[in-house]
Amino acid sequence: MNQMQNFTKGFIKNNPVFALLLGMCPTLGVTTSAINGLGMGLATTFVLVAANVVISLIKNIIPDKVRIPAFIVVIASFVTIVDLVMAGYAPALHEQLGLFIPLIVVNCIVLGRAEAFASKNGVFSSFIDGFGMGLGFAFALTLLGGIREILGSGAIFGFKFIPGDAILVFVLAPGAFIALGYLIALINKLRSA
Amino acid sequence: MEYIIIIISAIFVNNIVFAQFLGICPFLGVSNKLSTSVGMGGAVVFVMTLATIVTYLIYQFILIPLGIGFLQTISYILVIAALVQMVEIILKKVSPSMYQALGIFLPLITTNCAVLGVAILVIQKNLNLLESVVFAVANAVGFTLALVVFAGIREHMELMGVPKGMRGIPIALVVAGLLSLAFMGFAGLV
Repeated sequence: MNQMQNFTKGFIKNNPVFALLLGMCPTLGVTTSAINGLGMGLATTFVLVAANVVISLIKNIIPDKVRIPAFIVVIASFVTIVDLVMAGYAPALHEQLGLFIPLIVVNCIVLGRAEAFASKNGVFSSFIDGFGMGLGFAFALTLLGGIREILGSGAIFGFKFIPGDAILVFVLAPGAFIALGYLIALINKLRSA
Repeated sequence: MEYIIIIISAIFVNNIVFAQFLGICPFLGVSNKLSTSVGMGGAVVFVMTLATIVTYLIYQFILIPLGIGFLQTISYILVIAALVQMVEIILKKVSPSMYQALGIFLPLITTNCAVLGVAILVIQKNLNLLESVVFAVANAVGFTLALVVFAGIREHMELMGVPKGMRGIPIALVVAGLLSLAFMGFAGLV
């Protein structure tokens, strides 16, 4: 597989959210607006890229039996870095994303890529893989966040273009499930056509 | 009275699945059959309670006195992973029948964000040890309730003529959305 394919596979064909159905908790939990989705997506991208690079560098040193705990420690370290940096430089976003920042640790995408890709491939491929998958995840979250923000508050990226109230349920919990359900159905339809 | 409010709030008003979006992966993954979802619920009640007690003690008596609260995420996930392993080994020896029932779900729980989520929430909410235990048990019961209700509906849905594009996950998510809407009706309780 060439590097271009390696990079773009995370966008549509193997999109972590729409195709692999991984990382559902943050996908549903933080996408009340496009900007929250983007912030969460980029935070996950950073962890994914950094963890992939480090794990592919140390893959030969780690004994096979303890590889999963070792991966988790690497991932958790980067999550702690993101958590502290975000609390320092973007406190408003950190407040909004709240619990879901430390929970990047248990996001199946990160551990999944570490185990399936970074532990078997070179540094550069792992970097590209993490970057592509991360951007695919960020794209999915921003898309879902955008749809919910437009329907639920008549705005996009905080810019309000429909005055007055919108369909409030879409920014509440039930709207997350319903919007994602129809979005996945639509994407399945487009993909099979 | 305080404890009753914690229990009702965690099970119905702020249900861990329908309002807080924690533990969605097992929620969608193992909710095809009623029997497996009861097994998963039992395993979660067990592990979540134990993990919350252990992580609470570690936070209060190791991380805080040493001033290394920022290591919370790393230490919690390691403790939970080790705990799940240990529970699995002990159950296998002590109670093979219980291991038979819960065994296959235990490895899945390490990556269940509900367990880590509750352990962190307890610290954020500043609960004491007893309140934390009540909070953890109530959340686990809320998770089980959500899982069992959802599995019951999904079992019936297999007999329905769902449009092709909506089959599987999409219709499951829409059903979860409607259930979440129903749970919003409890909002006035507390």
